[in-house]
Amino acid sequence: MTSEPTAVELVVAKYHRQKRALIPILQDVQDACQWLSSETLAEVARELDLPVAHVWSVATFYKSFSLEPRGRHRCTVCMGTACHVRGGAAVLEHFERKLGIQAGETSADKEYTLERVNCLGACALAPLAVVDGTYYGQMTEIKADKILETLRDGKEEA
Amino acid sequence: MEHYRTHLLVCAGTGCVSCGAFKLKEALEKEVARQKLQDEVLVVTTGCNGFCERGPILMVHPDGVFYQRLKVEDVPYLVEEHLIKGRPVEKFMYVPPAKRTPVPKMADIEFFKHQRLIVLRNRGRIDPEKIEEYIAYDGYEAMAKALTAMTPAEIIAEVTAAGLRGRGGAGFPTGKKWALCQQAEATPKYLICNGDEGDPGAFMDRSVLEADPHAIIEGMVIGARAIGADKGFVYIRDEYPLAVKRMGIAIQQAKDYGLLGEDILGTGFSFDLEIVRGAGAFVSGEETALIASIEGQRAYPRQRPPYPAQHGLWGKPTVINNVETWANVPSIIRRGAAWFSGMGTMTSKGTKIFSLVGKINNTGLVEVPMGIHLRDIIYGIGGGIPGGRDFKAIQIGGPSGGCIPKELLDLPVDYESLAKAGAMMGSGGMIVMDEDTCMVDIALYFLRFTQEESCGKCAPCRIGTRQMAGILARIVAGEGSDEDLKRLEELALTVKQGSLCGLGQTAPNPVLSTLRYFRDEYQAHITDHSCPALVCKSLITYFIEPEKCVGCLLCLKNCPTKAISGELKKVHVIDQALCIKCGACFNVCPKKVRAVSKYTGAKGRALAGRAEQPVKP
Repeated sequence: MTSEPTAVELVVAKYHRQKRALIPILQDVQDACQWLSSETLAEVARELDLPVAHVWSVATFYKSFSLEPRGRHRCTVCMGTACHVRGGAAVLEHFERKLGIQAGETSADKEYTLERVNCLGACALAPLAVVDGTYYGQMTEIKADKILETLRDGKEEA
Repeated sequence: MEHYRTHLLVCAGTGCVSCGAFKLKEALEKEVARQKLQDEVLVVTTGCNGFCERGPILMVHPDGVFYQRLKVEDVPYLVEEHLIKGRPVEKFMYVPPAKRTPVPKMADIEFFKHQRLIVLRNRGRIDPEKIEEYIAYDGYEAMAKALTAMTPAEIIAEVTAAGLRGRGGAGFPTGKKWALCQQAEATPKYLICNGDEGDPGAFMDRSVLEADPHAIIEGMVIGARAIGADKGFVYIRDEYPLAVKRMGIAIQQAKDYGLLGEDILGTGFSFDLEIVRGAGAFVSGEETALIASIEGQRAYPRQRPPYPAQHGLWGKPTVINNVETWANVPSIIRRGAAWFSGMGTMTSKGTKIFSLVGKINNTGLVEVPMGIHLRDIIYGIGGGIPGGRDFKAIQIGGPSGGCIPKELLDLPVDYESLAKAGAMMGSGGMIVMDEDTCMVDIALYFLRFTQEESCGKCAPCRIGTRQMAGILARIVAGEGSDEDLKRLEELALTVKQGSLCGLGQTAPNPVLSTLRYFRDEYQAHITDHSCPALVCKSLITYFIEPEKCVGCLLCLKNCPTKAISGELKKVHVIDQALCIKCGACFNVCPKKVRAVSKYTGAKGRALAGRAEQPVKP
């Protein structure tokens, strides 16, 4: 396993230790480490010579930063207006029931993270869900079941 | 350069990509090669066509034939019929709703016919990852004109005369903003392209960034020359990875061609552009918050004035315009202010892109002249409401906008008319709602959204939106009172007047506009404890009609709480005590049977075996 400090150092160097690049730095560090632990945030603060509180304030303000480890599979359900009027809430509730977790949570076995997003800008496909980066338009409960089944089958094979 | 008799233009916007556009492209290339047509036919990917619901889309050029919803399996037949035998394939063509005859040509399809393309002029015809194709369609001509034949004052005068107003929502005159910044003494000056398109239901900025990134770059270089900036930023939402990628490629190509960076076109003028990715905060679309975000801070808005044009990024004069605004600039410079201002109304010139979504037949992006009537958009371009349902309202302007009812369908679309009707241009999201949409639920949806996205800096927005959402939640649950409506209106006024930035100042609009036009629906929730649109869970009952049920077990199997009992070919029954009203039974019941009904009000309560609630005085 690569140690996290190396990832932070690499990213900070890429942005020439610029304080104003804090947000892209956190984004790149998160891409490398999957999530931002308090140790990682402290490391970023040290490297950029910024107060730890400032780094935390930014990391907790923006929604794309995850301060907890995320599951192996990421299910995101769009809650934009177009998705809402076409039944997005029912799709989200279905995922919640099937995965046994609420939006924003990760399952205990660290297999699934369920997220809601305010609009992915693909409104013509409403209601929309994104599973592991793949967009699924015109979602229904039955379609969701099929997708989750495929993920589960993949897990058994692995 | 080689010449091909036919170009196959595969749409590669986010919508089409998610429906398999790249697989389609691969299959087309393979089949073209298999039929040995590779010297005559070229397969190309283009930016978004806007008719996203019909993806994946294929345009055959120069025939102008439009194919939709293509599958990989369709490719061999299509290639053989159209490209070898010269017979366009009807079964892959678009058939208008409620009609049987397909429309072969894109130019004849209602969705495209009434559009007027300025910003989207290159949609579906150029590959956004190839600068040569942008240049071939007059790209960078306006920039060359601005850098070599115009003074900064002349550029600003042209944009001012054109009457271009900010397309991000507020509609501030662009030329005036530029002039303010040009006159500011401090240096350096900065330019920002606001691509933090957060309004749910709007995706035109994403589409322009993906389909024609060079138009934005060109617009920004012209703007930079006008105000004297040498550095700019394109701020793109983190949720738009394809837009980030294509803008990155475009910036690099423009630099390689000497159209961006040091000494542009040998004129001695230099301008550099950098991409900044957003990090998921709706409020960062507000200009002062966006500036804070670029500076590496939390996206907190600040008091205006001073406006960014005088005191912006790092305290320096900064012009910040929306994606669509920048993309209008090259056409204005190239074709002149008179041409641009010839379109639109007295106060709103040019065109506007709208995303037409929700309960509408033709979903997608449309660019129309300002002043067009709502009816023409919904029934002309949009093809009306699906499933024979009735139009109820159109929500314009996202969380800052409002719902416009049926009675105002002949309203012209311009900044002033929309504001007067209680909505706003906003970024241009248009969500069509039919009789199955509950207006109180919609108001609650938006209030929850703004409450969640409120940055928390000022009390009216932070606390006010929470209280408003709380009241709406009560009403939706059937626990509201007449007093609640009064309180809601009072709070709305306080939040509107007392909030620091645009987010809070406009957050009450969805509530105010629904109260204005759909007060009876609020009243029904409060006095009759009923939801006329059959949406609000606490007020509805699902019921299986015994005379319609065929006993197919479908609903029974799909019920997550096992609330349905029954046997094959015997009538199924819902145990109301176990029912969580998820609607799964309603959705899976076959269309021919339609045995599951929803009831509200007294009948719903009777069916659910609930005691009649005393109506509050």
